[in-house]
Amino acid sequence: MQCPPHRDAAGPPAPLGTLGLLALVALGEIVPRLGLVPRRFVPTSGEIAVALVDELGQAAFWQALLDTVQGWALGLLIASVAGVVLGIVIGSSAFLRELTASTIEFLRPIPSVALIPLAVLVFGTDIESKLLLVVYAAFWQMLVQVLYGVQDVDPVAAETARSYRFGRWARIRYVVWPTALPYVMTGLRLAAAVALILAVTSELIIGNPGIGNRLAVAQNSGAVDTTYALVVVAGLLGVLVNLVARWIERRVLAWHPSQRSEGV
Amino acid sequence: MTVAFARRLGFALALPAVLLGLWWWFSADSESFYFPPLSEILQALVDEWLGPRRLDDVVPSLVRLLTGFALAAVVAIALGVLIGTYRRVRDVLEPVLEFFRAIPPPVLVPIFLLVFGIDDTFKIVVIAFGCMWPILLNTAEGVRAVDEVLSDTARTYRVSGAARLRHLVLPAASPQIFAGLRQGLSVAIILMVISELFAASNGLGFAIVQSQRSFAIPEMWAGMLVLGLLGVLLALLFRLVERRRLAWYHGLRRAQRAP
Repeated sequence: MQCPPHRDAAGPPAPLGTLGLLALVALGEIVPRLGLVPRRFVPTSGEIAVALVDELGQAAFWQALLDTVQGWALGLLIASVAGVVLGIVIGSSAFLRELTASTIEFLRPIPSVALIPLAVLVFGTDIESKLLLVVYAAFWQMLVQVLYGVQDVDPVAAETARSYRFGRWARIRYVVWPTALPYVMTGLRLAAAVALILAVTSELIIGNPGIGNRLAVAQNSGAVDTTYALVVVAGLLGVLVNLVARWIERRVLAWHPSQRSEGV
Repeated sequence: MTVAFARRLGFALALPAVLLGLWWWFSADSESFYFPPLSEILQALVDEWLGPRRLDDVVPSLVRLLTGFALAAVVAIALGVLIGTYRRVRDVLEPVLEFFRAIPPPVLVPIFLLVFGIDDTFKIVVIAFGCMWPILLNTAEGVRAVDEVLSDTARTYRVSGAARLRHLVLPAASPQIFAGLRQGLSVAIILMVISELFAASNGLGFAIVQSQRSFAIPEMWAGMLVLGLLGVLLALLFRLVERRRLAWYHGLRRAQRAP
């Protein structure tokens, strides 16, 4: 029941949404000017925009962005492959499923941030410490969805494949995988978002190079405008990750019934 | 019945027992500084975490976590119902909300630190603000998708206002609301730890990082275990509540699935 195949809501008419965004920017300009919040801590939209443009002109900013995206992508890739492979292996066998259920239920809710001290001690600020956090968090999202997906296989289809003497590999390829695919995509979408959170967290706390670290430095040196600008960058990165994940989902599942009623 | 139960218990305990056994065995005479023997870790767990730290660190953390989470739940469900009910409001706010949800919550910690200082208010606000977005968006989605026949029926019988909210909208949206709450809870735990890493004089995150910095490695491992256990316990508790509140929904799904 956890995650039925995802269906996008019909998008809102663009003009109204733009209006909302404009209102947010206007509010961000007016509220600090009126002194409703302390100017020292909350810069106006204009000031944030200036800081943002300034950031965009710096090579170090782009390097940091690249570091963040690299850690995110690599971690997500490792977690996805491991999650899919283990999910199919465990999910295909009732024995393994029962054997691992309690362990998975126990390990999954352990917050990834609990690993921070260990990651710092063992890996320092190398990319491995970032990857450890990202992979741990993203892996469970993936694994659990794949497990649901594999169990969702239509018994008749499975029996039919067996009657036709499909081998193990062919059964996985032509029966299990297409059934599990919508779940895999849901897992990928959730894992992509979580992976970004943990990548930035790791940079922020452990100090791996990246956007999070740049933000921590800006905050420590009292560059308030830049701090806000980098939060905006992190948010835009998050939006981008969501959009790309949904786009991939739509592309990959174009054949699937859950996507047919799109936009209705 | 009892045989089936014993079988299930056996399956549930087998792998954890083997893993713990292996950990114990392989770490028993570990010389490695970072990976002390499990026996030492458990010793530290009993001495420190079941002793003075339970009150000094675990309780304040939990209080902040639950306050922040409760605050987020109330605000987010209220706003979610509003946004889900009125199409216009939704159209205007949707991109803004998507943006706020997409901000990785930990990056807000430095900003809230600036605005609210370093006391408990700061941590509670961080937790509440960070975990409200999944709850809000899920609630709005659930409210939007209320069954039309039910909705029309309610209108026909002139059920409106508070009664409509209580007997139609909230129950109908509750599976989605719970899905949002579950996501929110895991974000809340992350933010609890992070806010304590940044600025605190007590709390789980603070204690763990303190042990790490003073190279009290068994204590650090013990703290990580406590944090893990806390995550597991909260997830378990949440599932219990969800099972009770959504018993009707799970029953319905089962009935629909059965041929």
